[in-house]
Amino acid sequence: MSAEAMPATDGPIIRYFEREKLDEIAAPAQKTLRLPFWFSSDRVITVVSACLSIGCLFVIWYLGTRYRINLFIRFQNIPTPHEVFVQAGEVIGSTKFLINIGMSLERILLGFAIAIILGVPLGLLTGRYRRIRELVMPAVEVLRPIPAIAWVPMSIMLWPSNESSIIFITFIGAFFPILLNTIHGVEAMDGVLLRAAQCLGASEPRLFWHVILPGALSQIFTGLAIGMGVAWVSLIAAEMISGQFGVGYYTWEAYSLVNYPAIVLGMITIGMLGLLCSGAIRLIGRLTMPWLAFAPGSRK
Amino acid sequence: MSDKGFIDVQGVSIQFATRGSIVQAVKSVSLTVQPNEFVSLIGPSGCGKSTLLNIVAGFAKASSGQALLDGVPITGPGSERGVVFQQYSLFPWLTVRKNVEFGLRMSGVARGKRESSARTLLGLAGLLAFENHYPDQLSGGMKQRIGIVRALATSPQVLLMDEPFGALDTQTRTVMQEILTNMWQQFRISVLFVTHDIEEAVFLSDRIYVMTARPGRIKAEVRVPLPRPRMAAMTETPGFMELVHKLKGLIREESIAAMGSELKSGGLTGFGMDVGPQGVGQLL
Ligand SMILES: Nc1ncnc2c1ncn2[C@@H]1O[C@H](COP(=O)(O)OP(=O)(O)O)[C@@H](O)[C@H]1O
Ligand SMILES: [Mg+2]
Repeated sequence: MSAEAMPATDGPIIRYFEREKLDEIAAPAQKTLRLPFWFSSDRVITVVSACLSIGCLFVIWYLGTRYRINLFIRFQNIPTPHEVFVQAGEVIGSTKFLINIGMSLERILLGFAIAIILGVPLGLLTGRYRRIRELVMPAVEVLRPIPAIAWVPMSIMLWPSNESSIIFITFIGAFFPILLNTIHGVEAMDGVLLRAAQCLGASEPRLFWHVILPGALSQIFTGLAIGMGVAWVSLIAAEMISGQFGVGYYTWEAYSLVNYPAIVLGMITIGMLGLLCSGAIRLIGRLTMPWLAFAPGSRK
Repeated sequence: MSDKGFIDVQGVSIQFATRGSIVQAVKSVSLTVQPNEFVSLIGPSGCGKSTLLNIVAGFAKASSGQALLDGVPITGPGSERGVVFQQYSLFPWLTVRKNVEFGLRMSGVARGKRESSARTLLGLAGLLAFENHYPDQLSGGMKQRIGIVRALATSPQVLLMDEPFGALDTQTRTVMQEILTNMWQQFRISVLFVTHDIEEAVFLSDRIYVMTARPGRIKAEVRVPLPRPRMAAMTETPGFMELVHKLKGLIREESIAAMGSELKSGGLTGFGMDVGPQGVGQLL
């Protein structure tokens, strides 16, 4: 070993460096100059990706109909983007179309609300108490695999009006995801939180409201998001089969009347309404659960 | 300062039934915590410290014997016994201040009143600046400090702590011990403190119970005659070190015994060693 590489043998054992001032460390980070969001490169990438993603669909649709591709998949009867655009322009202001949208939204909201009102409390109780679980789960396991669409004939027989049977089918679609996710949310809760609440004097009813519900809330919202998706599937199927009014009915009627652009318009409308509803749920979730912004997670 | 908060554990035994076999976790343990006294319970891991504390907290029932608080048998959890857990147990959906308010809210204290008492306590603990943070925004040491403040907010008669600093790094832990001893000096309530850290027990306690390996029994009771208030510098005094040394000897025997009982079920066979429970002591 050369002499230079040897550790210094003279001088103090501990050498002190100047310490930063404590309040400097504790001070909040300097506010950096924030550019408007459309300037930040992060946002630009987000927006460009979204445009690319949706643009691809349009390009396939446009090329397929432009060249009338007929290779196993047949584009010959598919309306072009332009035809659908024209149809949209004709229909969008009409009261009939708006009534269709209004009816579908009303059915979704009613069916979904009933599913929440029944599914969440039942899920909380089922998750908490073994006795209730033993009573509820066998029935749930039997009914759950039946898709909501399979309920259509039964529902028409069960309910006095067409309207109530459609709402019932929407409810069925939303109910099971909400119920099962609520149960899972309660079961997955860290028991130490319950014990902490108990020794702070929480009685059993208060435990439900102040600990079990908020503890399961993020899982409940997962259930709501899934439930909303299934509710739309169920609603559209029910409207196609037994409905009067509604966007599902509109789409099916367009097929019967050989109005092909209206079919695509109906599909796009359904997609947008579904997007709107699940976006609303995500937004409400973020607003009711502000603490999740700080929760450790793996999303990049 | 009150004369309430007398914990009296009388001949408590606890058995667990696990898949056919019965595990004796704790065997006829008797101990007391006098009003305003700080008592630690130490012993090798798995000896039943948590189980015993859970009895006093009211989360579990003794198979025989009973635990009393001020002469009244303990039958369930209650807000006159504050508990601090080893795992972080703050409610993630509540801000720091709302967490501290939780117990007061459960006992029906009006909003304004509980807000001001929570802020007072947070101020004492030097955490007022974080009152509107969520637990996930804080370090482990801060979370545990808030856990202690939350348990103190309902003015309990006793504080039960189960290795509250076990998850913290050594440096943070030392600071937390100083904070705790200062807080205890101010509040003067009875504390039953579970730990496996001998220095920690000596630094904090008036008295220490040493438990044996499973089935846990009380092996020794050690009085800590160090003066109050306790300062960090005391850990280097001969009196402190002598106590630690004695306790280390007591615990070491039990840790070896605890490992020995694990070896019985083939703990070291994979290493090609042929040692029984008696052999380990000689081996080490
Ligand atoms: N619910 C339970 N069921 C079965 N065995 C348990 C249960 N709780 C604790 N034990 C056993 O009792 C013994 C004491 O556990 P514990 O009190 O957690 O020990 P310590 O806190 O001293 O490390 C351990 O051997 C543990 O495996
Ligand atoms: Mg333990």
